[in-house]
Amino acid sequence: MAKQKIKLKILRYTPEKQKKPYWSTYQLEVDQDSTVLDVLNEIHWNIDGSLSYRRSCRSAICGSCALKVNGQNILACETPIHKFKGKKLKIEPLPGFPIIKDLVVDMDNFFEKLRQIKPFLILKKPLPDKEFTQSPEQFSEIRESILCILCGACTSSCPSLWSNKDYLGPASLLKAYRFIFDSRDDGAMERIDMINDRNGIWRCHTIFNCMEACPKNINITEYISKLKVKIVENSI
Amino acid sequence: MKVEEAKYYHQVDTVVVGAGLAGLRAALELARNNQAVGVITKVYPTRSHSGGAQGGIAASLANVAEDSPELHMFDTVKGSDYLGDQDVIELFVNEAIKTIYEFEHMGVPFSRTEDGKINQRPFGGHSSPRACFSADITGHVLLHTLYEQCLKYNVHFFNEYQVFSLLIKDDISRGVVAWDIRNGGLHIFHSKTVLLATGGYGRAFKITSNSFANSGDSLGLILENKLPLEDMEFVQFHPTGLYKHGILLSEAARGEGAYITNDKGERFMKNYAPEKMELAPRDVVSRAEQTEINNGRGINGQEYVYLDLRHLGAKKIMERLPQVQELALKYIKTDCTLEPVPIQPTAHYSMGGVPANIKTEVLKNGNGDIIKGLYTAGEASCLSLHGANRLGTNSLQGAATFGRIAGKSMSEFVKSNAYESLPSNPLEVANGKISSLVEGSGKEKHASLREELQKNMTKFLGVFRNEKDMLTMKQKIKELQDRYKKVIIDDKGKIYNLDLIEAFELGNLLVFSEVLIEGSLARKESRGAHYRTDFPERDDENWLKHTMAWKTETGVKLDHSKKVIIYWDRYPPQERKY
Ligand SMILES: Cc1cc2nc3c(=O)[nH]c(=O)nc-3n(C[C@H](O)[C@H](O)[C@H](O)COP(=O)(O)OP(=O)(O)OC[C@H]3O[C@@H](n4cnc5c(N)ncnc54)[C@H](O)[C@@H]3O)c2cc1C
Ligand code: SF4
Repeated sequence: MAKQKIKLKILRYTPEKQKKPYWSTYQLEVDQDSTVLDVLNEIHWNIDGSLSYRRSCRSAICGSCALKVNGQNILACETPIHKFKGKKLKIEPLPGFPIIKDLVVDMDNFFEKLRQIKPFLILKKPLPDKEFTQSPEQFSEIRESILCILCGACTSSCPSLWSNKDYLGPASLLKAYRFIFDSRDDGAMERIDMINDRNGIWRCHTIFNCMEACPKNINITEYISKLKVKIVENSI
Repeated sequence: MKVEEAKYYHQVDTVVVGAGLAGLRAALELARNNQAVGVITKVYPTRSHSGGAQGGIAASLANVAEDSPELHMFDTVKGSDYLGDQDVIELFVNEAIKTIYEFEHMGVPFSRTEDGKINQRPFGGHSSPRACFSADITGHVLLHTLYEQCLKYNVHFFNEYQVFSLLIKDDISRGVVAWDIRNGGLHIFHSKTVLLATGGYGRAFKITSNSFANSGDSLGLILENKLPLEDMEFVQFHPTGLYKHGILLSEAARGEGAYITNDKGERFMKNYAPEKMELAPRDVVSRAEQTEINNGRGINGQEYVYLDLRHLGAKKIMERLPQVQELALKYIKTDCTLEPVPIQPTAHYSMGGVPANIKTEVLKNGNGDIIKGLYTAGEASCLSLHGANRLGTNSLQGAATFGRIAGKSMSEFVKSNAYESLPSNPLEVANGKISSLVEGSGKEKHASLREELQKNMTKFLGVFRNEKDMLTMKQKIKELQDRYKKVIIDDKGKIYNLDLIEAFELGNLLVFSEVLIEGSLARKESRGAHYRTDFPERDDENWLKHTMAWKTETGVKLDHSKKVIIYWDRYPPQERKY
């Protein structure tokens, strides 16, 4: 595999040592088909072991390694460096979340908002002996929404959230959609009350940043719009 | 939540280590029964490796074709190459059905048949379409649903805490010590029961489908406590690893009809498993691939063959196998609707692990004696449900079903047992590990040691094994273990110290790998995933038995007296042909 010399900048921050984050520059040689994660590993393993970041599955399904590279939120494990052809890489943590160390951010608030929309099937009918029936058409209503890996890339890119930290944000709203539009669920009203709130769905101004950021190409805005329609229908 | 929140000391009836399918299902069982449970996990629950499972979860629902638990049992027994314990398998196939309906009632979004039932697809080694699935993100939706259920029942999570030592004294488990990854600091978890559900250990190999987190931590910890591991020689190599990356292209691809071809464009499986072809079990297909590659019939003579999906058509691929399509496209710029995809065998599933009985209680030896209060489930465990070779889709099911059973067993134990006292210096072991890595005077780097380990394990203990290679590896592992004592990390800080995590994990990889090597050397036969070119036959007369292995001062101690549980009247060993 052909090698390539690259130069990059990483936003570093060790709260025990520094008051605020600073840029650090690295130069190294990597395979041409390296991913951003390969590059981080190379630095961490062979240049500076103190660089910290999250990663686990390497196959774009665990959602650990969302980062910002050259202004774009991406998953480090699935993004080849040649995507940023010719440009110097600038790697920083997901914006909008407090930094814990280097590229690791605090996502507690993100997960807490998920909890708020009651992310579980709410049933008011008795359980059948076997499965609930659900047609392929009914399944396809939620098929795309269940792809969400909770990486936070969308929520992190949302200007509405930057200006109001209490806004539920795209990932939670998508999760609300996933349950409200699940043919088996009986909890739509409870969830609608929740998202039809001051910090809820109406903070979404259809800016589309979330969709651009989503590594799973989920049509988040469309689902949020469907939720809006549902709320309006329910309130008449 | 009844966890006592004194800083650095927590008392909670049950500690579950691991938040994959096994850990979460156990935690949910306890929480639903109003039992206090704390889940410790080194990655956020939804980041656990269970989420990477693609193809499906087995249960004989008979939704699309005739099927029965008996048939599922036969397939599993045969798939295990007769090393699976049949009492465990029997319980498993019966409980599997219940596990799936429970999942459905929790809200798991399964793909559906035209008449609205859970859809099922064929999978290697299963004689009926038995894999319940959700497109090709089955593990992902199961993991997320379980996590969400745990939120519903207010399970207490200790996210990004990593267990560094087990507190076992006089054959009684008393809790664990865990490192708080985010803030630094060791925490004592004092508990009546502990569940080890830390997942697989494919990270000992270079080419692997496993996540970084699959470092077999609890295996290292068990050995350190002078307890045995079981059947470590059995590592499954999956035939469809993405070339060079090792990441998995789901078997669902073959379930849906994909071909595997060599340099001549030949579907070579016809020479190895004429009846099942590409859908023969993984060990059979991986060996066929490796044989083709070794004989120069890899594509352009290289170390790979092709997975060809083109004839399935773009529509079916996008609908049923979107992740396969996405992975090939993103990682190696190959559009599988138009081109074949380069693949090679990849270390995938670990059949061996922490020995346990049918109630998931951890065993102290081959005679059935247990460690009181210690349990294990999921890929970290060896029950032995999968024997010498696991069938695809049986592992998610095994993790979930035995996770539930573990929850039940622990719930009963907790009710009738009091807290046992902690050892006098509970932090000693964990502290020792940290200080050696932070303050040691050596110069070794964990990264280079790990690379050497992985490269050599793939080379010498891969799909084909022989005595000479394994002896070479035995030497190598000793050297690496010695050098590990001199490992020093760059990061001396407390907060999110990835350097420390990785160095600690390497320690575990190095100990259990030694056991894996010794177990493989001793087993002079070929069975399931363990294939020796110098002993190519299965030898039921001498080797129809489990391996128990301890790490001692002087090396690995092996015991082969643990018998396989076989229902001789119903499922006697036969030749395994596909
Ligand atoms: C790519 C891939 C695809 C697969 N596809 C399928 C499939 O289609 N069907 C199927 O049946 N099986 C499949 N498998 C296998 C299956 O996914 C696993 O066997 C199963 O998910 C294991 O579940 P688990 O709960 O035991 O462990 P995991 O899901 O791996 O979870 C382990 C947990 O332990 C925690 N942990 C580990 N060490 C520590 C520590 N020291 N301290 C604290 N926490 C710790 C981790 O944080 C994690 O939460 C696949 C495997 C892979 C690699
Ligand atoms: S919607 Fe997309 S970007 Fe947002 S959390 Fe889910 S996967 Fe990530």
